[in-house]
Amino acid sequence: MAHDHDHHHHHDHEHSELSETQLRVRALETVLTEKGYVDPAALDAIVEAYQTKIGPRNGARVVAKAWTDPAFKQALLDDATKAIGTLGHVSRVGDHLIAVENTPQRHNMVVCTLCSCYPWEMLGLPPVWYKASPYRSRAVKDPRGVLADFGVTLPKDTEIRVWDSTAETRFLVLPMRPAGTEGWSEERLAEIVTRDSMIGTGLPKAAS
Amino acid sequence: MANASAMQAASAVPGIPQDEDGPVFREPWEAQAFAMTLALYDRGLFTWSEWAAALAGEIKRAQAAGDPDTGETYYSHWLAALERMVAEKGVATTQTLHRTRDAWDHACDRTPHGQPIELRASDFHD
Repeated sequence: MAHDHDHHHHHDHEHSELSETQLRVRALETVLTEKGYVDPAALDAIVEAYQTKIGPRNGARVVAKAWTDPAFKQALLDDATKAIGTLGHVSRVGDHLIAVENTPQRHNMVVCTLCSCYPWEMLGLPPVWYKASPYRSRAVKDPRGVLADFGVTLPKDTEIRVWDSTAETRFLVLPMRPAGTEGWSEERLAEIVTRDSMIGTGLPKAAS
Repeated sequence: MANASAMQAASAVPGIPQDEDGPVFREPWEAQAFAMTLALYDRGLFTWSEWAAALAGEIKRAQAAGDPDTGETYYSHWLAALERMVAEKGVATTQTLHRTRDAWDHACDRTPHGQPIELRASDFHD
């Protein structure tokens, strides 16, 4: 592909980044939309329909393991990339993945508008609203209000911490293990760990 | 699963990675490329047998050029076939696609990290 003008391709965290493939996919979508061949909302709907079929979605297994294995949990909080690397069956993650733990005192929420910093290998498809500009600005200014929109109400004295991903640093929220799940296997626990609970806009499904 | 076209595609186009429910994707962009192809098929731009032939041609070219053919590059070929199809059907020239790709690259460069990346007229250079 000919693009020999003066692009600076240093990879700092000052500006956004898309891979060569992502650029081509966006270009196609832009051109096809302009010419009236595709409707972006319809494309989103098709992609959403496959949300459970994209990427290895390892995050739920990682969370379930952290809930059942205190040593792994500590390793995960110390260095998530390294800890996840020790799980042979889990594919590589980005270089600087940080796990942040929800506690009764603190709830974590991640904002990002989707360039290469969203850890889709862990989480699967990002939600459509996640890339919307209003979500990001509101999440920073009024996290409690955003959470309420998602049906999550936290005790008044729980601090809400909002993490803004950078190009090098990506976040995984480690949600609190729901009551009533004592004695559950990792597999069973993994089933209640939702994507939204790992970006902090939801909680794990209640035990039933 | 998504719709009837997707199921048709999954049976008419060889090699689409799938599980018991239908197509699966390694990365989000693969699903986006798949979704665009479905949309163009639904508009009648091509038939699935035409698409299968275009994709096979792309894979053949890639293999001739030394593609390792591990299956991991399936959707790279798919994307290349889509670009070619769009050009051959007269929807958009290769040049337009390149120019738009460069515009997105420019938009990334001027967009601070964390802000939505949006394309502006000023991102296009002739």
